[in-house]
Amino acid sequence: MRSFARIAVLAGSAAFTIAALALEPDLPDGEFPVSGYRFMGPQVQQLQDDDFLNPGWFAVEFGAELWQEKAGDRNLSCQSCHGDASESMRGVAARYPQYDEHRTGLINLEGRINEMRSRYMNAAEYPLESEQLLAITAYVTHQANGSPMNVDITGKAAPYWQQGRDLYTRRQGQLDLACSQCHDERAGLMLRGDRISQGHVNGFPVYRLIWRSMGSRHRMFRWCNWAVRAEPHELGSDEYLSLELYLAWRGRGLPIESPAVRP
Amino acid sequence: MSEIRIRKSVPGSVRRGEVFEIKTLIAHPMDNGFMYTRGGVRIQRQIIHRFEAVYNGKTIFQADWHVAVSTNPFISFFAVAAESGMIEFRWYDDNGEVYTDSAEILVT
Repeated sequence: MRSFARIAVLAGSAAFTIAALALEPDLPDGEFPVSGYRFMGPQVQQLQDDDFLNPGWFAVEFGAELWQEKAGDRNLSCQSCHGDASESMRGVAARYPQYDEHRTGLINLEGRINEMRSRYMNAAEYPLESEQLLAITAYVTHQANGSPMNVDITGKAAPYWQQGRDLYTRRQGQLDLACSQCHDERAGLMLRGDRISQGHVNGFPVYRLIWRSMGSRHRMFRWCNWAVRAEPHELGSDEYLSLELYLAWRGRGLPIESPAVRP
Repeated sequence: MSEIRIRKSVPGSVRRGEVFEIKTLIAHPMDNGFMYTRGGVRIQRQIIHRFEAVYNGKTIFQADWHVAVSTNPFISFFAVAAESGMIEFRWYDDNGEVYTDSAEILVT
């Protein structure tokens, strides 16, 4: 009997501890937009904040090398035209994705980098999600660190914004969930062991712990689709570019935070 | 990575007898041999199983690493230098490769 009581007390204190842990982070109440950083545990925040330990820096440093690497028939590097990235690329990533006249569609930062390579450098495009493309994107995005996301959704970009919004709010997959049901309506709550963030894209490309590597915004979308057991779209697809535009607009004002670490 | 990427933090100059911290981080997947690809093929174990720090030819720190060590292993340790010299780091990969990096320390 006595031991039963003790077990009950233990179970009670365990439940209390779990409840206390769940309340532990300093979570924003009704605040929007809030970076995914605020929804992470303190250990992951420390990993991101430490310039030595943050594994995203491997990508940024590699990207800095690629910035200067000459390629293609014309023997040009990014630097040949754009010079010092810390000057020329300051704040640039915060304005992507955007409508592009040549493409008559949306283009994101990865797409722009590849377009520069093929159109001006006569060099091979980097494959999507390749180490090189992630690195150069992370390097360029890092130059926009602290700049508030500010994409243009007027004019020809408007229908894409609408398409992105539709994708974001439409239920999909076997779990029949829309992005908004978690990231708008349940942000801050727990999904099993994970805390649901507001789903912003200000840290991408991110080093994601479960991937043990860098990943782009589109890789994250594919992962999210897969997580609700929906059929993912292709990397670089119109659907994901529209969603990317919508999310960048939705998080407008949030400072770019690169290289970010996410769990 | 096309090549192994290493980050290190070593003070360029220290006072004689001063205790200082050395930190290294190496980009390595540290595949533990228990993971499978999406197609169900087992990923062979490939980890860095040994780390050494050598100062002026003498080993001052060494560590055996096993499969529980995470991706991109980080290590930090403290040292005291009596004279200036060169510190060399060595990481021993399961595939037989040894990755090295070095830094000079000036003792004043």
